[in-house]
Amino acid sequence: MSGIRIDAIEKRFGAARALEQLTLDVEDGEFLALLGPSGCGKTTLLRIIAGLETQTSGRIFIGGRDVSALPPRERGLAMVFQNYAVFPHMTVYENVAFGLRMKGATAAEVNKQVERAAGLLHIEPYLERYPAKLSGGQRQRVAVARALAVQPAVLLMDEPLSNLDALLRLEMRSELKSVLNSSGTTTVYVTHDQTEAMGLADRIAVMHQGVIEQIDRPQALYERPATRFVGGFVGSPPMNFIDMPVKAGLARLGDFTNPVSTGRDTITAGIRAEDIAVVERGGLPFDVMVCEPLGATLLLTGRVAGQLARVAVRPDAVVAPGDRLNLEPSPGRIVWIDPANGKAIGQAA
Amino acid sequence: MTNNRLLPYLLIAPATVFLVLLFVVPLVQTIALAFMDNGVASLTNFRKMAGDLNFGLSIGNTFLLVLAVIPLQICMALVMAMMIQKMDKGRDLVLWIWIIPLGISDLAAGLVWLAILQDRGYVNTVLNMLGLVDGPVNWLSYEAPVSLFVGVVLAEVWRATAIVLVILVAGLQLIPKEYGEAAEIFGAGPWTRFRKITLPLLKPSIQSALILRTVLAFEVFAVVYALSGRNFPVLVGEAYAWQHVNQNNGVAAVYAILVMAISLAATVIYIRALRTPPEMQP
Ligand SMILES: Nc1ncnc2c1ncn2[C@@H]1O[C@H](COP(=O)(O)OP(=O)(O)OP(=O)(O)O)[C@@H](O)[C@H]1O
Ligand SMILES: [Mg+2]
Repeated sequence: MSGIRIDAIEKRFGAARALEQLTLDVEDGEFLALLGPSGCGKTTLLRIIAGLETQTSGRIFIGGRDVSALPPRERGLAMVFQNYAVFPHMTVYENVAFGLRMKGATAAEVNKQVERAAGLLHIEPYLERYPAKLSGGQRQRVAVARALAVQPAVLLMDEPLSNLDALLRLEMRSELKSVLNSSGTTTVYVTHDQTEAMGLADRIAVMHQGVIEQIDRPQALYERPATRFVGGFVGSPPMNFIDMPVKAGLARLGDFTNPVSTGRDTITAGIRAEDIAVVERGGLPFDVMVCEPLGATLLLTGRVAGQLARVAVRPDAVVAPGDRLNLEPSPGRIVWIDPANGKAIGQAA
Repeated sequence: MTNNRLLPYLLIAPATVFLVLLFVVPLVQTIALAFMDNGVASLTNFRKMAGDLNFGLSIGNTFLLVLAVIPLQICMALVMAMMIQKMDKGRDLVLWIWIIPLGISDLAAGLVWLAILQDRGYVNTVLNMLGLVDGPVNWLSYEAPVSLFVGVVLAEVWRATAIVLVILVAGLQLIPKEYGEAAEIFGAGPWTRFRKITLPLLKPSIQSALILRTVLAFEVFAVVYALSGRNFPVLVGEAYAWQHVNQNNGVAAVYAILVMAISLAATVIYIRALRTPPEMQP
């Protein structure tokens, strides 16, 4: 039992507020991704869970136990630091073994766990080297191995794969996922890479300026973003946001109409690039500006009534910049957003 | 092109000339003085030095002083630096107060402690008031070598720990706090963190402090002279006495060379023993 409960955590640095009344439950064995742009408070939250930073108010529970006032070493967790914090005066082996030695593990146990962790992260060739002689990505893998070696019940990772090349990152990602899944480790994984979060996590918490905007399963987050920010941050390309005038309960732009329930005279339609069909006539008028063949799709960037929009069409479509297309978004997949507060309409968020 | 190549040499020329005139020339002269007697090369000065009653004493005393003072200073400065490191508010003020002795010359420091420890000094006054002694006790006399030694150690520690502290505080600030934090996450308590993380990473600073302090400690003179005159002979004190009392600058030069040789040896030992291989540096 090692779920994490974050109860109304608030953190201020002087006058600046890094976290605002943040409440979050991570279930036992769950893999939660904390996703958000730079400076939104991800590292701060992780450090508060670890006990390296003291919250201004609020409480942290791990496995049902209130750990708010406990020092880090009594919270029973492991952490991968954003800047690695690999000890420069110890060999890679000793770095990975550090946590085990602190626990007083036997030499055989240390050896076994170090080999296992080093194997997972592909760092066996460097075990006798000092970190100064490693590349950034190798050092980062040492930091991850050091955390995995202790087989923690709770694992906190702060952008642990940020410095790896795309191929290695993909490989490490799936290995991490399977290892942590089979060991049932409760994981909080900080990243600002939304594909990483989508691929790894059971649930994603999207953070923005010290608050959690939405927390949900990756697919739900993708399809039904609760705010404009989430729609724009999750998914690549980001969701299209097209403002439409509303008259008598009907949003209308070009020949496209859709009934909406809002008291305002404009509404924002959030539409994914792949949820749009190109039709013969009617719909939204779209002036193509740029065509990007992405392999699986052809990505068109252009304007709908002067507003920037992206559309994914079949890769063999014959389109050129300057063309005008007619677009028909599939109505069931449009997220209607109140332009005044950026929140999706008809959703509890 | 030629200008560019000459420029670095031109720029270091003044410093080099300065060093040669004020350091290398006197050094050569001192060596010459030591190995000459009435204009011919000889070891007379060395024999004179070795035959002197105070020679063995001054070597013993100097080493004893170094062995007592340096470890004490390093330990105290380490503790003080760690305490300062943990402070939030008032840190600068405390550091400032602790390094005040840095601004006091060693002779002045010796006189301060003389005022404290002499017959009619503060210590005796207080002990008298408490009724622990009757009449003034002579702590600094030839007959009380232990209290004399302790007095000298106290004065040296008071005077020169601050420089060690400054070096160690600067060194501690260079260690990123993440290393300690990572160690703490993985279960290391305060003492383990200090031994396994802080101390190894602080090694280069400790080495600098040790070299600086040891070289200066072998040159100890003014504090000892103020407190005890020649009751507690030390190497540089003997050099001074041969030069000014015995008017024999040959033997004084030999003492000077001896002190230099010991300092160099100590430096080499520290550099070897506390070497941090480049790959282990952060
Ligand atoms: N020690 C500190 N003192 C003052 N402000 C801080 C401190 N640490 C963080 N902050 C501020 O708190 C906010 C959140 O910082 P944090 O490091 O948690 O961001 P992050 O989401 O991890 O960003 P990144 O993705 O760039 O790592 C930032 O505005 C930052 O400036
Ligand atoms: Mg961060």
